Amino acid sequence: MTFIDKFPTEAKLVRWHFGVGFVALAIGGLFGLVQALYRTGHLRSLLPINAAQYYTVLTGHGVLLALVFTTFLICGFFVWAVTRSLDRPLSHPRLVWTGFISMVVGTTLAAITILNGFAPELPFGSANVLYTFYPPLQAHPAFYVGAALLIVGSWIVGADYFLTYRAWRADNPDKRIPLQTFMVLATFVMWYLSSAGVAVEVVAFLIPWSMGWISQVDPLLTRTLFWYFGHPVVYFWLLPAYLAWYTILPKLAGGKLFSDPLARVVFVLFVLLSTPVGFHHQYTDPGIAEGFKFIAMTNTFMLLLPSLLTAFTVVASLEHGARQRGGSGYIGWLRALPWGKPSFSAMALAGLVFAAGGFSGMINAGMNINYLIHNTIWVPGHFHLTVGTAFALTMMGVAYWLVPQITGKRLQHRTLAAIQPFVWVIGMTLMSNAMHRGGLAGLPRRTAKPLFRGEGAAPFDPVVGTISEMQLQIAIGGTLLFVSLALFLAVMVGTWLSRPGMGRLSVNGSIPSALSGPADSPRILDNLKVWTAIAVVLVIIAYGLPLYGMLADGVLAPGSPGFPV
Amino acid sequence: MTHVRIHRFEKLWLGAAFVLIVAFIATIVYGSLGPGVAMVGDDGGTVNPDNPTAADNFRDPGVYQADDDSYDVYVEARQFAFSPGTSEPIRVPADTNVTFHVTSGDVTHGFELVGTNVNTMVIPGQVAQLTVNFDEARTHHIVCHEYCGPAHHAMEGSIEVVPQSEFTPPQQAAADQSEVTDT
Repeated sequence: MTFIDKFPTEAKLVRWHFGVGFVALAIGGLFGLVQALYRTGHLRSLLPINAAQYYTVLTGHGVLLALVFTTFLICGFFVWAVTRSLDRPLSHPRLVWTGFISMVVGTTLAAITILNGFAPELPFGSANVLYTFYPPLQAHPAFYVGAALLIVGSWIVGADYFLTYRAWRADNPDKRIPLQTFMVLATFVMWYLSSAGVAVEVVAFLIPWSMGWISQVDPLLTRTLFWYFGHPVVYFWLLPAYLAWYTILPKLAGGKLFSDPLARVVFVLFVLLSTPVGFHHQYTDPGIAEGFKFIAMTNTFMLLLPSLLTAFTVVASLEHGARQRGGSGYIGWLRALPWGKPSFSAMALAGLVFAAGGFSGMINAGMNINYLIHNTIWVPGHFHLTVGTAFALTMMGVAYWLVPQITGKRLQHRTLAAIQPFVWVIGMTLMSNAMHRGGLAGLPRRTAKPLFRGEGAAPFDPVVGTISEMQLQIAIGGTLLFVSLALFLAVMVGTWLSRPGMGRLSVNGSIPSALSGPADSPRILDNLKVWTAIAVVLVIIAYGLPLYGMLADGVLAPGSPGFPV
Repeated sequence: MTHVRIHRFEKLWLGAAFVLIVAFIATIVYGSLGPGVAMVGDDGGTVNPDNPTAADNFRDPGVYQADDDSYDVYVEARQFAFSPGTSEPIRVPADTNVTFHVTSGDVTHGFELVGTNVNTMVIPGQVAQLTVNFDEARTHHIVCHEYCGPAHHAMEGSIEVVPQSEFTPPQQAAADQSEVTDT
């Protein structure tokens, strides 16, 4: 029985979350194309923006993709995962609608203030503050209110995952938590713990400051609160992709998950270690002692463990699937995988690209080597492999498989869908390798014209290649990514608008159980209260003293007035 | 009591992952204790963001000689220039210890010598402090690498590292030096 027939209310919720997320993806992706062309100087004169508006485009791209697209997709995807794995409807669907509406209103408010940057003569504020909105750059209050509503909306949606689980637990007192629900709950424990930081930043400081109720804020304190949230948020993006790689991808490959207990161990490690790491984004910040940065670095490197475990388990599961399909040989089994099936190829390629992103992340995490690449274009080169591919391309793969199940319609334009993930990976390879190499040469990120001085590439001395060759690869790569995105959206819109009942659905939504099931693991793994408590202790160790130091000289001092942009 | 059964290959992989993690942390510790790779910490202190140069731990922007082979460079970043650095280059001698003290008079900026690991955030209210030994006489390009407003991309400057024999300490250095030797 298809998901939509069994759980029509939940299917509708997933559809709406995905729909809004895809609109954000379309606009944010278009902005990405504009950026790639403008900053590299290719076709710059044909683009309808000036250099200052580049930062409007950049803010829109970051907010709509990193914050809006991700949050809507995750919240929708998790509605499916909880409902399917508990095999029962949501306990309070109205709560989820409330959260969804809060997120839509928040997104709309923030989007209006950002987009007004294109027509500053209109009275809708401005918010050219980028997605990190570091004070004392100041946006219109509606931008901050919008950000708060987006976060709070996700909290409300998340509350029903826990309420639904509680209802299930009452009926099933002795059962192990089904794996997908366990992953959802673990992700949201981490999300509540970490997004509290940005909520405090926005609600306690930035909203009152932008309204004029307080005259100054401490730039280092607010920045620290942002990064308290700003690194765990990448795990908020990544863990849903892991959920897909652990529970859906092995089935698409023709096999089963290798080990359910180790999947739980991985998620527990993320609950514990995702948050006390934010200072690794602040290695080059003055005002934070090196010792605190070192603690964050140690925790960050420990996070390699769950990701390397995931690499093992996913590859092992794929190999198992391939051998079930008749594959053989040391690497020959790779050929037996269903590369022509877009749901599979998107997720598998995303995992492969994530491995590359993991390696550049290890460089970022190194406290001293980070100085070579901090705030260079290396950094967006890195995170376009992680959130920009590991998350985004995985979710496209999920959509190819799930949208038919939540709409009851067959996937349309299958040829376009089959080539789309490969176009994405080619575009990303071109763009990201050039961004990494450019960063090593010192090319900054977040700049409309990196070669402003007109000396051409003179100050930049690349180790490999030339600056103009990198700029060309970024422009071509960005264009291919936009083409790939357009293909994806064409498939989605085509599927959504197609008539229902055009033949039987060719997907089946069942997921086989793992080769090694949950019965093999200690029950303590499922005790999220224990893991939450330990996570809080680790946060206090990592953040207690430095935050105390920042607050001790006055909550708002040293304080800066606002600089509206 | 149940036990997680772990495949032999997975145990090997887990062990290798641990070794990798420990090795990464060891390289950082070695870099710090061995070659002495300096990193930005909290030793610069804080200033009033509205008027940073008035603070005790900051001086009028410029180059100051501290002793025979060490210099202090006080840099104030403002939308969209480094002072000194943008309108006139920062001149320092090679093979000496040059300590940069960088702060902001308005919003958050960045201070990076292109292609080197001389790289710091410039945060209002905080003084970034980092010591560099330039081993070759050449010009370095400074970029502001943190978005700071509509003309952010125009914010840059340069540092001229000159051989010690060609370096003449700035006039004001000697005069100001006497004021601060007791601090």
